Amino acid sequence: MASRDDIKFLSNPKIGNQRKKYCRFKKYGIKYIDYKDPDFLLQFINAQGKILPRRITGNSLKYQRKMASSIKRARHLAMLPYVTDLLK
Amino acid sequence: MRNYEVTFIVDPVLSGDEIKATAQTYVDQLTSHGATIVHKDEMGLRQLAYPINKRTSGVYYCIEVQVSNGEFVEKIELAMRRDDRVIRFLCYRLDKFGVKYNEDKRAGKIGKTKSKSEGDSSAPKGVTKTLGKPKPTPVKKEAIKTQAKMSESKAAVAATVTEEEE
Repeated sequence: MASRDDIKFLSNPKIGNQRKKYCRFKKYGIKYIDYKDPDFLLQFINAQGKILPRRITGNSLKYQRKMASSIKRARHLAMLPYVTDLLK
Repeated sequence: MRNYEVTFIVDPVLSGDEIKATAQTYVDQLTSHGATIVHKDEMGLRQLAYPINKRTSGVYYCIEVQVSNGEFVEKIELAMRRDDRVIRFLCYRLDKFGVKYNEDKRAGKIGKTKSKSEGDSSAPKGVTKTLGKPKPTPVKKEAIKTQAKMSESKAAVAATVTEEEE
C-alpha cells in the first residue's frame, strides 16, 4: 500500500497548523537581557518600534517584563527609536 | 558588593582628546567614591536612533563597577546632569545574571553562540488568531465558579480581539 510519503498533496498540508509558541528565554536558558544589544532587542519590536505583545512573542511573563524594560532602557540611550516607520 | 553599570553618551563634536578626558573624569570620580572598576568599555561612535540636542551621533561609554553601596549613584548622576559634554546617561544595577553575562561577553562566549540559537527562533508571526487558551486546571471546588466566569470573560475578550484583527 502507498504510505503517507507517497501521497502528493496539492497544497502544503502543514499550512494552517499552528506552531506551538514558546518562551525562548526559558528554552535557551537566557537569564539576562542586555539593553546594550539593540540587534537582539529588534526581534521583539515591530516596524513602528512598538514592543510586541506576549501573545505574539510567546515569552513568559517574567521575561516579557525584563525584555520590555531592556527595550525601554535601550530607547533612553538612543539605541532604539521611540517612534519610527519602516524599522525593519 | 553590588555591581553597577554606568553608561553614558559623550558629545561627538568634541575632539578625540576631550572625549577621552570626559570619560576619564567619570572613571576618576567613580574610584574616588570607593568603586572598583571592573571593566571600561568604549563602544565608540554610534549613530543615535533619534536626534538628541541636534546631534545625530554620539560616543558611547560603559563602565562596570563594583561598590559596597549605591550612594555614589546620586552624585555621579548629578555630575552628569550638570555636564554639557554628556548627552545621555544611565546607571543600572546588575543582578547576578547580568554580572555573569558581562563576564561571559568579555570572555567571548556570548555573541556567536547566542546569534546562532536565537537567529533561528524568530517569533512565529501571523499566528495572532484563535489563540489556545490555557486550560483551566481545577484547583478547588469553590474556585471553579469564579474560573468559569473568568473563562467566559476571556472568551469574550478573545472574540473582540479576533474581530479587531479581521
